[in-house]
Amino acid sequence: MKHALVLCAALGLAAGLAGQPVSAQSEDRTAAEFDKFREVLEEANPAELWEVKGEALWKTKRGPKNASLEQCDLGLGPGVVKGAYVQLPRYFEDTGKVMDVEQRIVHCMVTLQGFKFEDLAKAPFSRGDYTPDPVSLVTYVAGQSREMKIAAPQSHPQERATYEIGKQIFFYRAGPWDFACATCHSEDGKRIRTQNLPNFTKPGESAARGYIGWPGYRMTGGVMHTLQWRMNDCFRQQRFPEPGYASDTIAALLTYMAVNANGQTYRGPGIKR
Amino acid sequence: MGDPMKIRAKLEGDIADVRVLMAHPMETGQRKDAAGKVIPAHFIKEIRAELNGKVVWTADISQAVSRNPVFAFKVKGAKGGDKLRITWEDNTGDKRTDEITLGS
Repeated sequence: MKHALVLCAALGLAAGLAGQPVSAQSEDRTAAEFDKFREVLEEANPAELWEVKGEALWKTKRGPKNASLEQCDLGLGPGVVKGAYVQLPRYFEDTGKVMDVEQRIVHCMVTLQGFKFEDLAKAPFSRGDYTPDPVSLVTYVAGQSREMKIAAPQSHPQERATYEIGKQIFFYRAGPWDFACATCHSEDGKRIRTQNLPNFTKPGESAARGYIGWPGYRMTGGVMHTLQWRMNDCFRQQRFPEPGYASDTIAALLTYMAVNANGQTYRGPGIKR
Repeated sequence: MGDPMKIRAKLEGDIADVRVLMAHPMETGQRKDAAGKVIPAHFIKEIRAELNGKVVWTADISQAVSRNPVFAFKVKGAKGGDKLRITWEDNTGDKRTDEITLGS
């Protein structure tokens, strides 16, 4: 009985402390400091190095077919790179499905340059000094949409259907932890350690916050990452089976995210802690 | 030869505000890999900026500078059309030179 009372008192004290406005205030201040830090870094974002590298890869004749990617159609016609990124994912006639930027670039590398998908999917994520070519290419293409408004299309029935599939995946709870994307990303004001978690269910500025920072340079390790990696890592963190590289599952999820971010300005490849 | 660097310069009157971003691992020589072997030192030793062939700025740096370093400096007496060339050389003798035309 006595123990129970002590426990109750301790719980009451803890609850009282957690509810104090002071902690909320200092959290805001921490977030503001992080924003300032990011602003300074954006002026000299090493992601630009990958843009330069990606541009060279785009224009160089490579692969078994010795072709450049200058005939690659990212949705605005063969070879049009300017503004293509903010209008992806979109439906492509030739493949009959909705594709995101990395999936499309990989498709071009396979069809135009003759690379094998299996080879590209073997080690698709950056690590140490190694950057897969599609990552540099995505960074270049994304950089060509700087200061443009995100406008992922929803005019084709496939695009609307893919959005709905993406939404279902977003809310799908499964795995040993009974987790979903929505567990962390469907409420305002949540965070993990110092990272603020964007709410992807609220169209506009809120959903865009998580979408526009990619592809991004990660200071931890000094590597460049794309949304393909970010999505894969989210699946891993949820203890889900990891999706295949450049899979339709991820294209659907990215369609959901991109459409919810529509109307917001894309500021170019980002920088991460 | 290293990867290309990114040079940006803004002209304000006769002063060029230059910012250069270099791709380099900048290994200190003190880290070990997964197998416990020391990763050899690999860092930029010297950076040199030339305006129309004349050296206007140099920097001697070492391991203390982080990966993919950024440097910013101002050059007096610059005008549109001038060629700004930047070269770095690292401790392995590797070099990289890139050039831009001011005001373009």
